[in-house]
Amino acid sequence: MTTTDERPAAETLDTDLRWETACPLERLQPERGVAALFGDEQVAIFRTHDGSLHALGNVDPRSGAAVLSRGIVGDRGGEPIVASPVYKEAYSLVDGRCLDAPGVSVPVHPVRLRDGLVQIGLR
Amino acid sequence: MTDTRHLVVVGNGMVGHRLVSALRDRDEHGEWRITVLGEETRQAYDRVALSSYVDGTSEEELRLAELVDPLVDLRLGDPVVAIDRERRTVRTASGAALTYDALVLATGSVPFVPPVPGKDLPNCFVYRTLDDLDAIQAAAAAAVAKPGPGRRSAVVVGGGLLGLEAARAMRLLGLSPQVVEIAPRLMPAQVDEGGGALLRELVTGQDIAVRTGVAVSGIREERDRLVATLSDEVELDADLVVFSAGIRAQDALARSCDLPVGERGGVLVDARCRTHDENIWAIGECAALEGRTYGLVAPGYAMAEVVADRLLGGRATMTPEELDMSTKLKLLGVEVASFGDAHATTEGALEVVVNDPVAGTYSKIVVSDDAQTLLGGVLVGDASKYSTLRPLVGAKLPADPVAMIAPGGVELGADALPDSAQICSCNAVTKGTLKNAIHAEGCRTVPDLKACTKAGTTCGSCVPLLKKMLVDEGVEVSKALCEHFTYSRAELFEIIASTGIRTFTELVEKHGTGRGCDLCKPAVASILASLGNGHIHEGEQATLQDTNDHFLANMQRNGTYSVVPRIAGGEITPEGLIVIGEVARDFGLYTKITGGQRIDMFGARVEQLPAIWKRLVDAGFESGHAYGKSLRTVKSCVGSSWCRYGVQDSVGMAVLLELRYRGLRSPHKLKSGVSGCARECAEARSKDFGVIATEKGWNLYVGGNGGATPKHAQLLVQDVDQETLIRTIDRYLMFYIRTADRLQRTAPWLEGLEGGLDHLREVIVDDSLGICAELDAAMALHVENYADEWRGVLEDPKKLERFVSFVNEPGTPDPTISFVTERGQPVPAPRAGDPEPVLIGVPAFGRQEVQ
Repeated sequence: MTTTDERPAAETLDTDLRWETACPLERLQPERGVAALFGDEQVAIFRTHDGSLHALGNVDPRSGAAVLSRGIVGDRGGEPIVASPVYKEAYSLVDGRCLDAPGVSVPVHPVRLRDGLVQIGLR
Repeated sequence: MTDTRHLVVVGNGMVGHRLVSALRDRDEHGEWRITVLGEETRQAYDRVALSSYVDGTSEEELRLAELVDPLVDLRLGDPVVAIDRERRTVRTASGAALTYDALVLATGSVPFVPPVPGKDLPNCFVYRTLDDLDAIQAAAAAAVAKPGPGRRSAVVVGGGLLGLEAARAMRLLGLSPQVVEIAPRLMPAQVDEGGGALLRELVTGQDIAVRTGVAVSGIREERDRLVATLSDEVELDADLVVFSAGIRAQDALARSCDLPVGERGGVLVDARCRTHDENIWAIGECAALEGRTYGLVAPGYAMAEVVADRLLGGRATMTPEELDMSTKLKLLGVEVASFGDAHATTEGALEVVVNDPVAGTYSKIVVSDDAQTLLGGVLVGDASKYSTLRPLVGAKLPADPVAMIAPGGVELGADALPDSAQICSCNAVTKGTLKNAIHAEGCRTVPDLKACTKAGTTCGSCVPLLKKMLVDEGVEVSKALCEHFTYSRAELFEIIASTGIRTFTELVEKHGTGRGCDLCKPAVASILASLGNGHIHEGEQATLQDTNDHFLANMQRNGTYSVVPRIAGGEITPEGLIVIGEVARDFGLYTKITGGQRIDMFGARVEQLPAIWKRLVDAGFESGHAYGKSLRTVKSCVGSSWCRYGVQDSVGMAVLLELRYRGLRSPHKLKSGVSGCARECAEARSKDFGVIATEKGWNLYVGGNGGATPKHAQLLVQDVDQETLIRTIDRYLMFYIRTADRLQRTAPWLEGLEGGLDHLREVIVDDSLGICAELDAAMALHVENYADEWRGVLEDPKKLERFVSFVNEPGTPDPTISFVTERGQPVPAPRAGDPEPVLIGVPAFGRQEVQ
């Protein structure tokens, strides 16, 4: 996660990270996700109302469809979530865990903003 | 099967039907096989609702659930003519002889016709069966069609409950009714003198003449009409005479086989409902329990339950509560209720009366001599307190007697009642039983409670109390939409409409908490769209839409979409068909005809949608809103343009309606249908609003539903012209949009609407709330502002920008999507973890070969 005011995010020390550019920040409408493709890895990228950026794996674990970016963004008890558009389970934008099915989760990717561009950290 | 015993049930009315269904429900081991012998040729029907037949309710709708069961043999039109008790055999009119192990008499009653000269003349009728009503309708139609001046009239003999129903039916059939009642007031069994006076005033105000304290002494024919002479020498001209002066137990069979009968008729039975012959039982109106017969359905149902229990070795007996004669009904728009000791016959009983002739209400409660215990009461004009007062009969009054019935007095809920109190008197369901259904059986809604306990399924007067119980028991905690709003959808609609708030952010900041979720956001999006807020992808609104509205297409299980162009009324040109075929072929789409008479194209990837729609829009198609909670289709039959039987242009009407309401966002999807004649080929009555052509215009039915809980739509207005039809639908839809819950279809909405169909009619036809002008204006705004959503996207590069597979590789197809071919068309390729495909109808050896 990062914020859009260009402060350095709590960047991971993982030096193996490869940063890839997804899109300009203005392409991300708050609370409406987009999907990005890096090699064969699909990432769902979100910008919340307070300006935070989040990136999750785009594949919905239950249906196997690559559609999480198309879910509705909101919150549950203050925790930012996206609801899968297939069967409506909520996934935390912070840690990728499914709030409706214990033990189920999707990958979380680091995000940063560089020169107005949204970048995703891939391993 | 040698152990199976044989039960013969004589009579296929409501009570006989109840016995058979109760026995089949409980007879788990199939101890009994049952033969039902009915006199009427029709399936068992709801005789309590008989009069609604005149309003257009069909025989099918009145029919009770059909008993399709290998252990039940139903023989209609073959009445029993003799019983041989010694040989335990019955003989039927057709000559069949059946031996029984147990025999149940459920022969009901016959109308009482006073023995006056002329009672059997043509055009004299009784009011008891559907056949009677068919004959009355035919005679009334013939009378109305007769040439000559003056209005046609009918004399109704009897001013009780059935008499007033008959009078109303006469009025509906175009005749002027005159009611003749021998007692000094109307409904003498139910109401007292004060209530009777008000009732008379309310009834005569509706063009129904009333004469009380007189009897009919003779009827004669004069020219081609009838003349009824009354005991006070007055003569009344009439085209029809209808006898509805009460009923007498049908006990002829019992008499013919020497079973003892009561002094005033009815087969004598004990508290087990057994006659003097240990193998013969009697239930319902033909039975005299302790010498008394009961003409209501509730005691009859209770008797049926007792006998079902006894036949299976149980020990049930009739209890005094089950013989409750309480009644609540709405007749000619007047509510009347009577319960417990309504006539204050208990020694020392006190009567407390609140009579308000200005408001047109009369309320009386009867209390014990110490004013502590409620004994009974009479309510006329407003019977809303019936559902809480009746269960309190025999219990200590929770408040001062006057406050119980005074306007603005104490409002009681179900919580004031003891567990033993009967909430539904028709089906003898106590508060304790309902609590158990809620807590142990998991009932969560009124329909759940109905299905589980049968409460509220007969007359429906306890439904408001069922609702209150769900709230009291903490099930229906609140109508709050979700954690972000404490308001219901209807309340949010009012807030948005009255404050002029037009963004979600402003709404949630002022009236909610947090940032919303997949429950409240689409609901708010729908409300904003219903109020005419421009294209649904405009500004922040775009973020509220669920994925289907996001991409104006229906997402399928592999993340691809289906595309449905509008084909209004199911009418399409050959050119249109060719365009759809070419588009599907060129984009490799799977095609299927939908149930709504249009064509669905499956398998479109998100980045293909604009190109597909460009082709469709250029050819003159527009969005079909298959993805939206909005009007889907108006299905039609071919109507008078082609059909030999059609009486109106149903296709033209369907196209008109579909184009009027296209794009109208609503709490849930809306479906409609238009049939060109009463054969109903468009299945309009399974729709949210259905229109059926008549010789004189159009009938409008509302609140129908297919799907998991099918429901027939109910008749709202009859024989109206096109302008009235459209105005009524406009208001119906807008009233639904304003007041329904999130994702509530019109059928449950109407079922939950307090006052039901009558209330709906008052609001949108009689304008009882004074909101019709607003509803009309809202629909006018919708019609004026409609624009095709897909055209709106194609013409706006900002909106088009979102239709890409990947933000960084806009044209690359999603690599997880793949198809296989099935029956010559593409379908999603199975994924790991998908259930194994099951072939249906392939023989076993064939499947082995496939492996």
